[in-house]
Amino acid sequence: MTTIDDVEILLVEDNPNDVELTLRALQKQNLASKVLVVKDGVEALEFIFATGAFAHRKIENRPKVVLLDLKLPKIDGIEVLSRMKNDERTRHIPVVMLTSSQEERDVLDTYNLGVNSYIVKPVDFSNFVHAVSELGLYWGLLNKVPS
Amino acid sequence: MKDLQTLVLLLVEDNPNDAELTQRALRKAQVDARLDIARDGAAALDYLLSSRPKPKVVFLDLKLPKVDGIEVLRRIRGDDRTRSIPVVVLTSSQEERDINECYKLGVNSYVVKPVEFDKFYKVVGDLGTYWLILNKSPL
Repeated sequence: MTTIDDVEILLVEDNPNDVELTLRALQKQNLASKVLVVKDGVEALEFIFATGAFAHRKIENRPKVVLLDLKLPKIDGIEVLSRMKNDERTRHIPVVMLTSSQEERDVLDTYNLGVNSYIVKPVDFSNFVHAVSELGLYWGLLNKVPS
Repeated sequence: MKDLQTLVLLLVEDNPNDAELTQRALRKAQVDARLDIARDGAAALDYLLSSRPKPKVVFLDLKLPKVDGIEVLRRIRGDDRTRSIPVVVLTSSQEERDINECYKLGVNSYVVKPVEFDKFYKVVGDLGTYWLILNKSPL
């Protein structure tokens, strides 16, 4: 059984359609069972830093990747990224922006804050599924993180 | 999804066989990019400070002549002109110390080179597709 300490992919996304599509794409790669979905920046930070609703979680059990939207309720994606990358305990966790923004400002700001990768959400359904499958495989299997 | 900018990949690799294999794997994966190769760490740093356009991604080996890969990464991240360029370490080292150090210095990704020819070929193709086509790098 998957428990909160087995989470390998944290998906931070408030749009239910995008959540469903992302999960469907990850399912195809057999990666969906270890995904946790949170819907705003506050929940994301609570999970990552093992506080609030996730205070019972072990902070050392780092996910393999965080898929982070930019526009989020309560605390936005840039702020979540910034707090993660400025903390010794969490800066090694790969963060991939998964966003509809193509703005150079957002791209540059996130790279300067230490984002690991930046993916523009394809508008087209099948391209979206394809992109998420590729990034799931890449960060779930190919990339190596500190143990 | 391809940008209008020229796709340039910098490979920092002193082993000619691995460089040749990378070239072929990218072609096979239909990644239409220009592959520039630096044979040592000093050449990589010179390249990064002078070349236009900047590469969309750097694939960096760790064991290199003159200036090693860790030092190259440290200097890339320490200079405003190169700080935001995505760097993927592609190495045979599985040592926890290397992995930790690279993430501490701000590597974008760390991939272990498979020993077997076929797997290496496949991994390099996947890396090329991911970083040159799917990922968006700063201009």
